[in-house]
Amino acid sequence: MNVNISTRFMRIWQRNLTVYRESWQVNFLPPLLEPFFYLLAFGIGFSGMINSVSYASREVSYVSFIAPALVAINIMNNAFFENTFGSFVRMYYQKTFDAMMATPLNAEEIITGEIVWGATKSVIGTVIMLIVISFFGLVSYPAGILIVFVAFLGGIAFGSTAMVFTGMVERIELFNLPIFLFITPMFLFSGTFFPLTGLPLWAQYFALVLPLTHLVNLVRALSLGLFNLELLISLAYLIVFCLVMFPLAIFKMRRRLIK
Amino acid sequence: MSDKNSAQPVIAVRNLKKSFGAFIAVNDISFAVDKGVCFGILGPNGAGKTSTIRMIYGFSPLTSGDIFVFGLDIKKQYRIIKARIGVCQQDNTLDPDLTVIQNFEVFARYFDLDKKTAMERASSLLKFFALEQRRDARATELSGGMVRRLVIARALINQPELLILDEPTTGLDPQSRHQVWERLEGLKKQGMTTLLTTHYMDEAARLCDELVIMDQGKILAQGSPQSLISEYTGENIIEVAEPEDDLRAFAREKKVRQEDLGHRLIIYTEDGHELYREICGRFTHKSCILRSATLEDVFLKLTGRELRE
Repeated sequence: MNVNISTRFMRIWQRNLTVYRESWQVNFLPPLLEPFFYLLAFGIGFSGMINSVSYASREVSYVSFIAPALVAINIMNNAFFENTFGSFVRMYYQKTFDAMMATPLNAEEIITGEIVWGATKSVIGTVIMLIVISFFGLVSYPAGILIVFVAFLGGIAFGSTAMVFTGMVERIELFNLPIFLFITPMFLFSGTFFPLTGLPLWAQYFALVLPLTHLVNLVRALSLGLFNLELLISLAYLIVFCLVMFPLAIFKMRRRLIK
Repeated sequence: MSDKNSAQPVIAVRNLKKSFGAFIAVNDISFAVDKGVCFGILGPNGAGKTSTIRMIYGFSPLTSGDIFVFGLDIKKQYRIIKARIGVCQQDNTLDPDLTVIQNFEVFARYFDLDKKTAMERASSLLKFFALEQRRDARATELSGGMVRRLVIARALINQPELLILDEPTTGLDPQSRHQVWERLEGLKKQGMTTLLTTHYMDEAARLCDELVIMDQGKILAQGSPQSLISEYTGENIIEVAEPEDDLRAFAREKKVRQEDLGHRLIIYTEDGHELYREICGRFTHKSCILRSATLEDVFLKLTGRELRE
């Protein structure tokens, strides 16, 4: 396979930004409101039952435990939904990629541009959420700044995974399958709403395979300002995950686009 | 430009093949398109027209053979070639998320044009295609004819030296088709080299200087519309509805080129006036007409009359 990616992929990124800016008010709402809803529901609703959670041999309030997980879930969802439904609509219904293929752009650049855009949406969502939860004193700075970079890495990881599915599904409805089998279990079982230590050992090991577990670990550690060596493992895991999924996405999508 | 370059064809296709698994879409075709020429690829659905031009504009890889555009090899220098051509695909590929003018803006960036140049060119293209009034409309609000004109206009943003059109007027009403044809003729006057596919014979006859008729991946005939008519059908055609057996026998006796379709007998002639009078006078039949041969007659003669797909 002759892969040739130039910085022209930024043209696709720019195209998506132009569209995003057309309705930025609407696009800003979910990351702005979502943390409010969740913190209200879990922070106030649950706080009567759970006062604090023991995390990294320390007691932290339940709200400060789940707030970073919400950020991590938002990173996952933004990139995953952008590069499944968003990319599929552009590819299949709008023929946007076909038009691009008749210009100096090539298929690899189109896919790269889409994935980098998905990761950018993760970053935009993360920045908005961080601002919101910072008002509640739930992010420790300066370490919290690094979450923005983690958001980009996580965005590439989940965006590439999404693109692999986009390269495979025949119909848009079939995205429900990876969402039901991959996204939803991760949403619940990646140490998001309760510490993994509460699970049986086999489930703890299984959780370590899930990329969201590592993303949650990183975001939580950075927002609580707690560092340990395990974080490097999580970081390495996500990087390796990207290094596998990104080329796979290119491979699957090239097979789909080039006829 | 040197003499060598102006003598070189804009497109040179040699022994081109394209297969999708066991299916052969394009089966060993060769042709060349010279500068300033409007070249047509005619064929029924599934003839291999779109597969051919997709390989020419660098969308599909070649199974075998060669394509040179501007003397450059599409397999190696696709980026340079793609920067110098304009492509109008069969589907509506306008960006529905954007307005008309934004479509130009975004598309121009794919060619690395700066915004000022893009806006200047977009304005003059909108004017040329009579779309100025819709500058800020959403691409989704345009009529079919406007969409088509806009797709062609957008394909010209990089000031291409070659324009490739895949069925430019399919699905348009007569008014819109004529609008598109007039613009394409305008471009031709400016010296644009054009490659188009179509299954409309009137379109090919009106726009094309030269054309190939394709079917099942092969080129069946090549030439100017007029030369194809002379070669394959003759100038005039006598068409008889519900011919009697004695007329059939008479036609066979005369040894004229003919085609018997059962309910209809078609006789290809050079002049035909005398024969026409003779048939009208001697035989009884429902209707008998003498008319000029068209490209459609050539097309049907070469590709047969069965339904496709």
